[in-house]
Amino acid sequence: MSDRIREKLSILADAAKYDVSCSSSGGNRKNTNKGIGDSSSSGICHTYTEDGRCVSLLKILLTNHCIYDCAFCVSRKSNDVKRAAFTVDEVVELTMSFYRRNYIEGLFLSSGIFKNADFTMERLVRIVKKLRIEERFNGYIHLKTIPGASEELLTEAGLYADRMSINLEMPTESGLKLLAPDKSHDDVKKPLGFIQNTITQYKEEKKTGLIKSIPKFVPAGQSTQMVIGATPESDMEIMYSAAQYYNNFNLKRVYYSGYIPISYDTRMPVIGSQPPLLRENRLYQTDWLMRFYGFNVQELLNPNNPHLDTDIDPKLSWALRNMEQFPIDINTADYKMILRIPGVGVRSAQKIVQARKFGKLRSHQLQKIGVAYNRAKHFIRCADSTYLLHEPDALHIKNLILAESNSKYLKVAQNQLSLF
Amino acid sequence: MVTYVFDGSLEGLLTAIFEFYEQKPEAVQLVWQKLHQPTILQETVTIINNEAKAKRVWNGLQKKLSPDWLKQFYVAYLSEQPQTFQDLFDFACYIFDNPKGAEKNFGNPYVIAVSQMVKKVGRERHRMKAFIRFQKTADGMYYAPVEPDFNVLPLIIPFFKNRYADQQWVIYDVKRKYGLYYNLNTVTEITYDFVSEIDTSKVNLPTELTDSSEELASLLWKDYFNNTNIPARKNMKLHIQHVPKRYWKYLNEKEGKN
Repeated sequence: MSDRIREKLSILADAAKYDVSCSSSGGNRKNTNKGIGDSSSSGICHTYTEDGRCVSLLKILLTNHCIYDCAFCVSRKSNDVKRAAFTVDEVVELTMSFYRRNYIEGLFLSSGIFKNADFTMERLVRIVKKLRIEERFNGYIHLKTIPGASEELLTEAGLYADRMSINLEMPTESGLKLLAPDKSHDDVKKPLGFIQNTITQYKEEKKTGLIKSIPKFVPAGQSTQMVIGATPESDMEIMYSAAQYYNNFNLKRVYYSGYIPISYDTRMPVIGSQPPLLRENRLYQTDWLMRFYGFNVQELLNPNNPHLDTDIDPKLSWALRNMEQFPIDINTADYKMILRIPGVGVRSAQKIVQARKFGKLRSHQLQKIGVAYNRAKHFIRCADSTYLLHEPDALHIKNLILAESNSKYLKVAQNQLSLF
Repeated sequence: MVTYVFDGSLEGLLTAIFEFYEQKPEAVQLVWQKLHQPTILQETVTIINNEAKAKRVWNGLQKKLSPDWLKQFYVAYLSEQPQTFQDLFDFACYIFDNPKGAEKNFGNPYVIAVSQMVKKVGRERHRMKAFIRFQKTADGMYYAPVEPDFNVLPLIIPFFKNRYADQQWVIYDVKRKYGLYYNLNTVTEITYDFVSEIDTSKVNLPTELTDSSEELASLLWKDYFNNTNIPARKNMKLHIQHVPKRYWKYLNEKEGKN
C-alpha cells in the first residue's frame, strides 16, 4: 500500500516539476472557521531543491495520462514513460498530511488531459472542493485551468482556488504550432479572459456593497508560463508577448522556463544540452523592470536591440545606451529616476527619498543604505561627488564594472576588447 | 565615558535609557552583564531594573514612534546581540533628542543599524515559519524542536496560532530551553519540564512516541523533495544560500545529507 502511493507520488511530482510557478503569494484566505490554514500574503518557501528552486506547494499532476502529443512535454502521448493517476482522496490526504506538518503552503494541482477537458476539470474541481469544504482547508491552492473546459466548471473552480493558470507554452503562436499543432494561443486567451472578467465582476459587486458576503474568486489572480529556448523566438518577441498578456489579462505573473531537453525530436535542442539558465535570468530581470521599476518594454527591447545582453543586466544595459540621462543627482532627482539607476533597488530608492529630507546624502551613507555603490557610482552625483572633467563614456564604464564583478555564469573571465 | 552594565532584559535596557537622562553623563557604553569585564579606568554603573522607569521610557518612545517602529524596536531587541543593545540605546536617545519623524533618517548610523538588525531578525522569523517541521505524536500533538539564531519564538505565535487552529502543537527552542504550546485555545510559554520526557537533543522523536502515520508522511515528503528536483539545473550554491547548512539538522528532507 505505502509502496504504491510512494510510486505514484514520485511519477506525478516528477511530471509536474517543469511547471516553474511555485508562488504562494497574494492569497488572503483567513482561518475564520477554526479550520486549518491561513494564507501568508507574502508566500513562504518551505525548502529549496538542489537546483535552487523554491518548494512552496505540493506540486503534482492528478494524472500524467494525456490525449495530446505536444513535442515539448514529458507527458506527451507518444512518450514511453510510466503512467499513474491519483484518486481524489489520495490528493486530499497527501495535502493535509503535508500541510499539518508545515511542509507546504498548499497545493499546486495540474493534470494531463484524459478523455476530454471537462472530464479532467471536473476531477480537479472535486479535489479542491473537498479540501475547502470537508477539510476546512484555508491554505493556498493553485489550480490549472484546462483549456476547453466549460464556463460552469471554471466558475466553480474559481470559488475554491486562490490562483489559476494556463500555460502559453511557446512565446508565439508560430512557435506553438511548430511543436503542438493541436493547440493555439486562442485556446488560452478564451479561458484567461473569462476568468479575468469574472474576477472583475466579483470585485465590482463587492464594491457596491449590496450583497453582504461576496465569496472570493481567484483572489491571487492568474499566471502563465512560456518555455524558452525550445523554439527560435528573440528576447524581444518573448517580452512583447509577456507585456501583452500582462496588459490584456491583468496577469499576476508570467513565468519563463528554460527548456530542458526531454525528447529526441529534431525540431528542438538535443538531450544533454544545457538549459538556457542565463537567458532565463535576464528575462526575469526584464520582467521585474517592467513590473516594479516603471520601465516600458520598448525601452529595454526594440528592433535595434532585439536581444538582451548576456554579460550585463538589462538595467545597466539600458543606462549605458542612455548616458544622456545621467548622472542623476541623488539629492534632488525624482523617485522614479532614482529607481532607474543601476545598483539601486526599490528599497534603497525609498530609503534615499526619505533620508535626504534630513540633509544631503553622502556616498558612505548610500553604501550603508544598501546601494550597490561600485555600480551606481558611475551614474550618480551625491554631496561628496568629485567634479568630473569630461563626460564618461558608456564603453569605458561597462569595462570598469565588468572588471570588478564576477558573474556566476561566466567560468572564464571575458576580457576581450570590443571593437565598437 | 561611563559603562552601564545591564542584565540583557528589555526592562533593563529601558531603565538604562532612563538613567542616562537622569544622570546625563557625556557618553555611555552599554554592556551586557554576562560579557562585562571590569576595568579600573572606567566608571561603571550597574543598572537595577525598575518597571516604572522602563514603562516611562517605553511610553516616551510610543509618543515619538509609530506603532510599527515601536514593534521594530522590540524586534531588534530580540536579536540578543551586544552591539544591537548599544545601537538601540543610541537610537532611543537620537529619537528623544530630535523632533518627531527622526526614525526616517536612514542617513543616521543608529537608524540604519537598527533597521538592518530588524531585517535580520525578520529573516530569521520568516525562516522559522518556513523551516519548522512538525512530527505528529501518538497522542495527536504536533511537535517541532528548533534552534533559531535569534530569539524569534515570540514573533511567530500569531502565525502558528492562526494557521494550525485545529491541532495542538509545541514548538521548542532547544538552545534557549523554552517553548510554545497551543492547546486549541491559547498559546502559552512552556519550560523544560514540559518536554522533559523527550530527549530534546535528538531531532526525531522515538518511534514509540509518534503517530502511526508519521513515518510514511515523512518518507513521502522526502520522495516528493527528491522528485521535484531537476538534476539538469543543479545549483548547490543557490541551494545552500537559501537553506543554510545550520538548519539542515531540523529539516527531514535533508536528513542524512550533512
